[in-house]
Amino acid sequence: MKWSEIFTSSVGKKLVMGLTGLFLISFLVVHVGINACIWANDDGAMFNRAAHFMGSSYVIRILEIGLMAGFLIHIIQGLVLEFQNRSKRTVGYQVNLGNRGSKWYSRSMGLLGTLILLFLIIHLSQFWYPNRSHQGWLLGEELNLFDRMKTTFSELWVVIIYVLGCFSLCWHLVHGFQSAFRTLGVSNNRYLSMINNIGIGFSVIVSLVFAMMPVSMYLGWV
Amino acid sequence: MEHYTMNLNLKVWKQKNAASKGKFETFEVKDISSEMSFLEMFDVLNERLINEGKEPVAFDHDCREGICGMCSMYINGRPHGPWHGTTTCQLHMRAFKDGDTIVVEPWRANAFPVIKDLMVDRTAFDRIIQAGGYISVNTGNAVDGNAIPIEKEHADKSFAAAACIGCGACVAACKNSSAMLFVSAKVSHLALLPQGDPERKTRVLNMVTQMDKEGFGACTNTGACEAVCPKEISIANIARLNGEYTMAALSADNSHD
Ligand code: HEM
Ligand code: SF4
Ligand code: FES
Repeated sequence: MKWSEIFTSSVGKKLVMGLTGLFLISFLVVHVGINACIWANDDGAMFNRAAHFMGSSYVIRILEIGLMAGFLIHIIQGLVLEFQNRSKRTVGYQVNLGNRGSKWYSRSMGLLGTLILLFLIIHLSQFWYPNRSHQGWLLGEELNLFDRMKTTFSELWVVIIYVLGCFSLCWHLVHGFQSAFRTLGVSNNRYLSMINNIGIGFSVIVSLVFAMMPVSMYLGWV
Repeated sequence: MEHYTMNLNLKVWKQKNAASKGKFETFEVKDISSEMSFLEMFDVLNERLINEGKEPVAFDHDCREGICGMCSMYINGRPHGPWHGTTTCQLHMRAFKDGDTIVVEPWRANAFPVIKDLMVDRTAFDRIIQAGGYISVNTGNAVDGNAIPIEKEHADKSFAAAACIGCGACVAACKNSSAMLFVSAKVSHLALLPQGDPERKTRVLNMVTQMDKEGFGACTNTGACEAVCPKEISIANIARLNGEYTMAALSADNSHD
């Protein structure tokens, strides 16, 4: 069996989604942890130090390329999967099964993912792109990201977009977290229900903490 | 439960053949007994249509006791109708009230093309079984069923998976038209038993390959299949298939020496 055959089969495509999805989840843990430093009550000193650590080493910069690849593969495969799956039923039903059979968010992974993608484009253009281009794409001088956050999040519409982005992320992960483990072959019901609960807890906490960042800056808490 | 009779409005999908377009037609049926099965209600309608010299509604059925999986009907937006864990032939009219409108559609999936009215072509499932849903045995004397010890938990899980009747409700309910619940039930049934072990790897690889060829979608673990399956096949079987597939694919060796 060739690698190309494995990863282009229906199960293999899902494997790609699950593996990249879990990789992106591990990135979220790092990201939310570093950003939580804004609440250190020191006018961003600790946060800027953490951000400096992430911006001043080639090791991290190489990992960043891996992260980009993870995102791209997940997004492209996710959209391809969504459209291929939709094409399998050309004539639809008059009356749909809807929520009687499955949760709305489990049926909306493509939509939720696309909302996350739109959010990501805005988010990267506000922080990542300006900072990295200021650095000359190498290890040059960084922007003061804490100050940049404060100005960015002084606008209400930006805060609303961020909160909506976190909302989409939360529902995407409530399904995605446990789904990824099923895709990887965890079939023991005892572990599946544990994973499901951990997934819900993770999704809600991470999304809430992310959403509180723009909110607390807008309200002047930090 | 008290017996009662009812008059109903049926909105039924009519389609001459696979090539024609098809549309909904409305029929009224009168004095339907609450003790009748859903298919018997259709028998009443069809007898009347035949007596009137009209074309009856074509639908599939065979055993009428919930074991053959033929009676595919998508009733009011749910495969096999409103009752949990029930085939259409075991659905009884006491599930409905006088004056109800019931919408009846065929399974919708490109891999299950409509043959006529409510009948769909489910031979894709047969080809998936032919690709690996069996064990190879030598003929001869029947082997003592208890000759090989089998772990109780595996035997139970295998038996539960073997209850799948190949009805296709899982495909009909799935937003991706995925056949994974069906295929995973067949794979699990055999993978959990020692008799299925020698062909374990080729089975899962070949069945998934055939499933993809037939034009079913990829599973996204929504759970709609499990919710409508008349035999209550567990979605955990899909996770088992994923694991079986991954192990078989990763351990396959390309060299032939
Ligand atoms: C940026 C755009 C994104 C798109 C278009 C997208 C799209 C999708 C799609 C279509 C699926 C498959 C549907 C399913 O499994 O039910 C999926 C699964 C998943 N996504 Fe995303 N996603 C995006 C971002 C993210 C992010 C940022 C994360 C996590 C940090 C994530 C984590 C996951 C996980 C864990 C799965 C489950 C994989 C599986 O079921 O095997 N996704 N995504
Ligand atoms: S898994 Fe259930 S719904 Fe699917 S074919 Fe088998 S019996 Fe029917
Ligand atoms: S007719 Fe056999 S299961 Fe319904």
